[in-house]
Amino acid sequence: MLPRPAVIQAIRPEAAGIATYTLAFVDPADRDAYHFLPGQFNMLYLPGVGEVAISLSSDPGEPRVLGHTVRYAGDVTRAISRLKVGDVLGVRGPYGSHWPLEEAAGKNLIIVAGGIGLPPLRPVILSILSQRDAFGRVLLLYGARTPADLLYTREFGRWREAGIEVNVSVDTADENWRGKVAVVPQLFYFVRMEHKNTLVLTCGPEIMMRFVIYEALARRIPKNAIYISMERNMKCAVGFCGHCQYGPNFICKQGPVFNFAAIEPFFGKEDF
Amino acid sequence: MPPNPPRVSASIALPKPALQQVFDNLRAAGFSLVGPTVRDRTIVLDEIACLDDLPVGWIDEQAPGRYRLKKTREPQYFAYNVGPHSWKQFLHPASLRLFSAEKSNGGWVFRPPEEPQPRYAFVGVRACDIAAIAIQDRVLLGGEFRDPHYARRRENVFVLAVNCARVNPTCFCASMKTGPRATAGFDLALTELPEVFVMEVGSDAGSEALRDTPWEAATAFDRGRADRAMRDVERQFERQLKTDDLPKLIYDNLEHPRWDEVATRCLSCANCTLACPTCFCTTVVDTSDLRRTKGERIRLADSCFNRDFSHVFGGNIRPSIRSRYRQWLSHKLASWIDQFGTSGCVGCGRCITWCPVGIEITEEVNALRAKAAK
Repeated sequence: MLPRPAVIQAIRPEAAGIATYTLAFVDPADRDAYHFLPGQFNMLYLPGVGEVAISLSSDPGEPRVLGHTVRYAGDVTRAISRLKVGDVLGVRGPYGSHWPLEEAAGKNLIIVAGGIGLPPLRPVILSILSQRDAFGRVLLLYGARTPADLLYTREFGRWREAGIEVNVSVDTADENWRGKVAVVPQLFYFVRMEHKNTLVLTCGPEIMMRFVIYEALARRIPKNAIYISMERNMKCAVGFCGHCQYGPNFICKQGPVFNFAAIEPFFGKEDF
Repeated sequence: MPPNPPRVSASIALPKPALQQVFDNLRAAGFSLVGPTVRDRTIVLDEIACLDDLPVGWIDEQAPGRYRLKKTREPQYFAYNVGPHSWKQFLHPASLRLFSAEKSNGGWVFRPPEEPQPRYAFVGVRACDIAAIAIQDRVLLGGEFRDPHYARRRENVFVLAVNCARVNPTCFCASMKTGPRATAGFDLALTELPEVFVMEVGSDAGSEALRDTPWEAATAFDRGRADRAMRDVERQFERQLKTDDLPKLIYDNLEHPRWDEVATRCLSCANCTLACPTCFCTTVVDTSDLRRTKGERIRLADSCFNRDFSHVFGGNIRPSIRSRYRQWLSHKLASWIDQFGTSGCVGCGRCITWCPVGIEITEEVNALRAKAAK
């Protein structure tokens, strides 16, 4: 469980306080050996500062370069914000459960993301792009607080061309915004999707996911067709430190992606 | 005295002073002996060398939030129960260097620590603590990932178990089916009688530890006295915990008003988690020199009662003592079962004794039962 050195190949600012770091393991053997599934995360380590769990946001089909969209939130991510291309940090992973792409084969997908919840779902979108015919209709419902907070907007055109119905909203518009103004769960009211044979994959603030689940259930999507991604304090990522426990689940092992039916008794429980 | 060490599973009698020779045999075999000793008016676990280091003649009086030692006139070596320490302090230390990192050629080199690994002989392990070690084995070795630090410390441990001679009001191992008798997981297990230890040999290592000692096959009389002593102990339990409705009882009562009630008493001091022999939560701290060219990652014991335990960007998931007490108890007695296949509690009673306000885990569970909210 020692971290492996990885070099920053590129840093792309995405929004205020958010940037995507593209990493590659220094050792070619590590590059060859590493592969991940959408929804999984790495522990990024800055010696002397600490470690942070960051979801992989790049294409699982290209695992030799690993994209991590990072929001500068605490000590470690702020230290990461001061790194430059060519700097080395420690990486270990991938950890955690993944979005159910195998189960989604042949089905419709509604991907619902809020704010920094889109990066862990981007690998799903990229996987779909590389095998579009394997899935039915694919909708993306995505929103952020303001237009300046929207991530990956440069890619929406490509996604739409590939047959993903991209629906975007913001909570608060600016004077240039011509799109929808709504919170993410309200985007359900702008689309129509049959409930049979449809999976919902959602990631974002817990309160957002709660209302997404409500809207999905109201449209008769079964509980076990809804998948969410949870977040808790993580220190070890291997189920030993105990910090990420959520009922009987370790978010680092049984999660972060959960089938809603499996965690329904605990989801939304205050202070749990 | 028979020329060879006894065979495994033999039942023998050893004159009590000869236990010193067992200690010497173990040390000669390269073991570091750790066992109970009196310090700061408490029976703690520490390095021991000779029989006199043991708490000879001491008994402990434990109650919720209370621990006192009393000297008796009988020179029993093991007439007390368990103190605040458990064997996890050796197997799962509270402070541990995980690795060091050094800047080199613009990158980082990560190195595991090179520390000589002591081979421990645990002297005086009670049945509840044998069960606790087995539980931590499942947590740290039995899953998808293995804790290599725990594995290294665990692999050569010698267990000299002791069957408890009496029961404190805080003990409830019988309810958790972990005691009072040690039935497995030991190299040697002894029951103390006035002049001899009646010992069971649990392994080849246990047998070897008796080499050249004046052991004899236990007579039927000795074995009978040992059995009777254990049956007396079994009758002494005051405290019980009904477990057949766990984990469901707790999962069904996560909003029970009792959690609010216990939160008015609980200080969230974390004593229970420190004393508990199965609690395993840790955190990590990263240190560095001023130029950030050398770093170390240190693992430290942690507790779900610490306020920042559940910290995420935006706040703590469990900001209230109510939620943290609920997390501890529901993990220990309910979700632990789903995670690891056994209860997390062995009934040692430490959390009851060492709680400064005397919260009793057994009473809290019973309260959930008494007026189970629906």
